[in-house]
Amino acid sequence: MKQKYLIRSASSLLGFMVITSQNVWADIQPYNMTEGVSDISNQVFGLHMLIFYICCVIGVLVFGAMAISIYRDRKSKGVTAAKFHESTSLEFLWTAVPFIILIGISIPSAKVLIAMEDTSGAEMTVKVTGYQWMWRYEYVDSDIDFYSILKTPRDEIYNKAEKNENYLLEVDNELVLPTNRKIRILLTSSDVLHAWWVPALALKKDAIPGYINQMWTVIDEPGVYRGQCAELCGRDHGFMPVVVRALPPEEYDQWVLDQEKKNMASSSKVNDKKVVEVTDSQVALNN
Amino acid sequence: MSTTTADDHHDEHHPSGMMRWITTTNHKDIGTLYLWFSFIMFFIGGFMALIIRTELFQPGMQFVDPQFFNSMTTMHAIIMIFGVVMPAFTGLANWLIPMMIGGTDMALPRMNNWSFWILPFAFTMMLSTLFMDGGGPAGGWTLYPPLSLQTGDALPFVIFAIHFMGMSSIMGAINVVATILNMRAPGMTLMRMPLFVWTWLITAYLLIAVMPVLAGGVTMLLTDKFFETSFFNAAGGGDPVLFQHIFWFFGHPEVYILILPSFGVVSSIIPTFARKPLFGYSSMVYATASIAFLSFIVWAHHMFTVGMPLAGQLFFMFATMLIAVPTGVKVFNWISTMWRGSMTFETPMLFSIAFIILFTIGGFSGLMLAITPADYQYHDTYFVVAHFHYVLVPGSIFAIIAAVYYWLPKWTGHMYNEFWGKTHFWLSTIFVNVTFFPMHFVGLAGMPRRIPDYALQFSDYNQIATIGAFGFGFAQLIFLWLVIATIRGGAKATDRVWEGAEGLEWTLTSPPPYHSFTTPPNVEAELGLASHK
Repeated sequence: MKQKYLIRSASSLLGFMVITSQNVWADIQPYNMTEGVSDISNQVFGLHMLIFYICCVIGVLVFGAMAISIYRDRKSKGVTAAKFHESTSLEFLWTAVPFIILIGISIPSAKVLIAMEDTSGAEMTVKVTGYQWMWRYEYVDSDIDFYSILKTPRDEIYNKAEKNENYLLEVDNELVLPTNRKIRILLTSSDVLHAWWVPALALKKDAIPGYINQMWTVIDEPGVYRGQCAELCGRDHGFMPVVVRALPPEEYDQWVLDQEKKNMASSSKVNDKKVVEVTDSQVALNN
Repeated sequence: MSTTTADDHHDEHHPSGMMRWITTTNHKDIGTLYLWFSFIMFFIGGFMALIIRTELFQPGMQFVDPQFFNSMTTMHAIIMIFGVVMPAFTGLANWLIPMMIGGTDMALPRMNNWSFWILPFAFTMMLSTLFMDGGGPAGGWTLYPPLSLQTGDALPFVIFAIHFMGMSSIMGAINVVATILNMRAPGMTLMRMPLFVWTWLITAYLLIAVMPVLAGGVTMLLTDKFFETSFFNAAGGGDPVLFQHIFWFFGHPEVYILILPSFGVVSSIIPTFARKPLFGYSSMVYATASIAFLSFIVWAHHMFTVGMPLAGQLFFMFATMLIAVPTGVKVFNWISTMWRGSMTFETPMLFSIAFIILFTIGGFSGLMLAITPADYQYHDTYFVVAHFHYVLVPGSIFAIIAAVYYWLPKWTGHMYNEFWGKTHFWLSTIFVNVTFFPMHFVGLAGMPRRIPDYALQFSDYNQIATIGAFGFGFAQLIFLWLVIATIRGGAKATDRVWEGAEGLEWTLTSPPPYHSFTTPPNVEAELGLASHK
């Protein structure tokens, strides 16, 4: 069993180090950044691979030169040391060339960053609040508001039961979002710092008490996308996953209607909660 | 433990036994104390790392409580940074700087004694917090509020211990600056100083600049917790992000404090074993100074995800990328030093070569992390853990180990066992990669850092990392044994020790006299400078 692990891991390790075609990448995707399911996440993946390849080329040149020198310039081969110890033109060259490469990297990076920060024109807004240790999702444009807590049973965590395939990445209430709509996500926290992260959407930002951070996404494909809290938030930091279920727009609209109907049915309960809720969000907004 | 022998002809008025070490003002004795202290803390911090890796061997909670796990990651970091790397560098500075610049001792010997003896108390206090109500600090070594304010009884003790460590570092740094600027032998101009002395001079200024900033930050934590202030409390009009800015304004120069002296060590070792002068000496000095300057204007790249304005993110991205330029210059210079040399591969050289390669890999992942949009994906994942362990373990720690092998014959008068040195090197290099390379993959695949339990798809690489960690840990026992054996005996070392060694410290006897240069050496003659400067 262990051997199988080692062999499999070693082979993907090699695969990662060798510059290979895009097809091979698809096979070992679990060991690389996800390409994700939004335009931004694809662009981020592209940047990641671009700079990775640039590092590989520089690495081959630098380590190659070192390897040649280590192989050739050995005292045991009877070589005597040269005496040179400076060269202004070389120093200039290896200051200038990296600088130019960096400019080449910085332009596309800045473009992606600017696009990521542009939350204008959002069609809907969800407010996410971090708690020790769960998430709360409020759909600002409708009457939907719920908490999302880890669903994995304690027995699985404490090794008394077989772990299911979504171990630690499953919640009782998933965040349901539509595809093909620009969604604005507002983030805050009610206690300590948290960070809301869904790798497939390339969304990660800190939830900070007293702050409202924002980010946006347009999800391209329906599906379930799993992530985790990414900022140490205490004892159960490892146990507050994020699960997003992306539905096609018409199914999503239906889901919203269903939820609102459910809310009406238990309206008295909701009203009690509402009072607390309004003060909560007002405090956050005023800050 | 004794580093001087009967053939020392200078006056050695010092008490014997324990009192010698407690009352000593001698730079070699204090250097030895610092190095042993660092070595002991290395095993304590390493033991904590193994607790972490043991829990992470498999998914599911096996051995420790999540709170204790968090406390281990926190303590491991604080101990390795403040208890291992920084004291080891100060120990090397104590031993080497007076010998390298042709001085007798450090400029401020009594303060030197005090700055060391603070440390055992600071770390005893720090470690004692593990037994307090509420456990040790568990909010990460970055101590971000509001979480760090949830710490139990430990918090004031941790903050007090950090103040002690800061005082010790500042005093050590003042001593280094005073020594370098005042104790140089005639003819030892600034631009003739060995790179180790230069990098330490710049490091010392960084320490003096940023340790007070950390002290201020943690003091504000203390008053927030106990005196009702609201520096970082949003409900009282404070700002939790302010702490992060303060912390990283200290923290980023701090990471260069942890690496610049390594650059100096490697710049001493490579020319010796390549039998060729260091390539681009002055550009090395300027590159070090540029890195130090840049380290003050990049701190917010540790906190891209806090929600900074776009302009701020762009500035910190570009400034961070710039650091690749002077760092690249250093790597290219080291390789040019090796180029057309006449190399032999004794243990210090092996560790230095591994340093260059693996530190460069850490530099590559650092460059990737600088790219803000991609950093959103990398931030607070194991990719970051892989990155900073690559620059700190095969970076700083390997350079410290290389330095010990390189100067140990000078310090003790005995050669170490080359076979065991090389064995230690190969085991360390293999296992350090087995431990930290897989962390890149789990990080990219989406595993956050500082979690005690993880989803099933991360299992394989975590198992490999744990195996590597145990291998690396046990390999260091060879090092411990080898150092003790070399102190106790072994082949007699010559004064020059290494065929290609250049520098004033090699003109002294091995082991050197208790007071290094009681009469100033003729620097130009000793270094053969007339010929090539």
